[in-house]
Amino acid sequence: MASLKFNTVYIKDAFTIAGPLESEGQIRKFDLCMDDYYYGEKTFIDTEIKMQRVVIDNLLYKNKLGKKIDVLIGGDLSNQLTITNFAAKNFDIPFLGVYSACASFAESMLIASQFIENNSIKYAICITSSHNLNAERQFRFPIEYGAPRARTTTFTATGSVGAILTSDKGSVRVESATIGRVQDYNQKDASHMGAVMTPAAASVLMEHLSDLKRNVDYYDLILTGDLGEIGSNILKEFLKVNYGLKLKNHMDAGCEIFLKSQEVYAGSSGPVTLPLVLFNKVLKNKKFKKILIIATGSLHSKDTTNQSKTIPSIAHAISLEVLS
Amino acid sequence: MNKDEYKKLVDRLTPKDNKSKNAIIAFLVGGLVGVFAELIVVVIMECFGIARVEAYQWTCLLVIFFACLLTAIGFFDNWVTKAKAGLILPTTGFAHSVMSSALDYKKDGFITGIGANFFKLAGSVILYGIVSAFFFAILGVIIYG
Repeated sequence: MASLKFNTVYIKDAFTIAGPLESEGQIRKFDLCMDDYYYGEKTFIDTEIKMQRVVIDNLLYKNKLGKKIDVLIGGDLSNQLTITNFAAKNFDIPFLGVYSACASFAESMLIASQFIENNSIKYAICITSSHNLNAERQFRFPIEYGAPRARTTTFTATGSVGAILTSDKGSVRVESATIGRVQDYNQKDASHMGAVMTPAAASVLMEHLSDLKRNVDYYDLILTGDLGEIGSNILKEFLKVNYGLKLKNHMDAGCEIFLKSQEVYAGSSGPVTLPLVLFNKVLKNKKFKKILIIATGSLHSKDTTNQSKTIPSIAHAISLEVLS
Repeated sequence: MNKDEYKKLVDRLTPKDNKSKNAIIAFLVGGLVGVFAELIVVVIMECFGIARVEAYQWTCLLVIFFACLLTAIGFFDNWVTKAKAGLILPTTGFAHSVMSSALDYKKDGFITGIGANFFKLAGSVILYGIVSAFFFAILGVIIYG
């Protein structure tokens, strides 16, 4: 069984940084907004490392946790997880690097939750980040190169998010989680990641519901990661045709960050997209009590797409309960 | 649902780009670049009193310079996104591709960065340009003697 139940895992606090374009979008209130893409550094790699450092520093300082953190778990989009590894060297905290592309944050939460549930640890920090220009350079073209984009392309969000998970009782409980299976539906278009990731999202959703014997209406909100506008439509249709499931209460984080006028094609993507929306919009809205987050990741590299290989995808689901 | 059915579902729900509109925009913008270059040719010929053939060479250099400059100060990529292939096809596109690569990799060192990546996007143009020139030259000799 791929689903895990948790009884004593809570989200204590979160800290978010958003890039300049994100700060002018739909959600304007982040803990920290960057004025430009450099953030006082010389290269974008340094910028992203600094973003993660600032997030972890703030979490430690705000919660006065000092040396109490038992483990730091996180990942980003860069090759060899360079960014997270380099950020982690600044802290004297045991560190695990994880990669599930844009589902990395959910994966780190899942692992941390299991450690806490086992009473192996008390405090864990989950961290992730993405930087539009680092992602552009790694997955697409040189930064200043202006290639015409397809309408299905998603725009990697710039930002960093960290959260403290603990066994101390708090207002948001991590209730259960489902580990996704890698899906491959022969999709080859790296500029249409919504279509690539939809089967993974649908598969983990169905597995979660059947494992925990729940109806989809049990949740007030199902928040998918970064399928984008077109991907969300495909997901709804896919669920209807394949499983006869009508998806209401659905929100896609990719459609919630940018404004239409910002010309970001099909929406936002990147591992920070879902946590940015979760911590700055969904959890601040008291209407949602039972939330299922489904983070989706497209597992390709530039080499595999150049070699016309199909793109596998992964999604992990985590169920959250807002208590107070 | 099998993979073929999924492909059909994706195709049905994916909005299509308006190709003819893109082509018209590209045609007009590409034409405007040509008009702009022709203007430079005329100005050079009038001001410096040189032959048209030589003026063409100077114009080519100037257009490349403008494309590089506009790439470096960060305008060109936004224009290409709007103007589609109209700005990529002329010599400006070539200049833009090498300049953007050079800017991107300048922090990676002269050899491993700029040197190794300068022709990252434009390399294919050079390689296949030379190869096809070779074959067309042979064809030319066969046909015209």
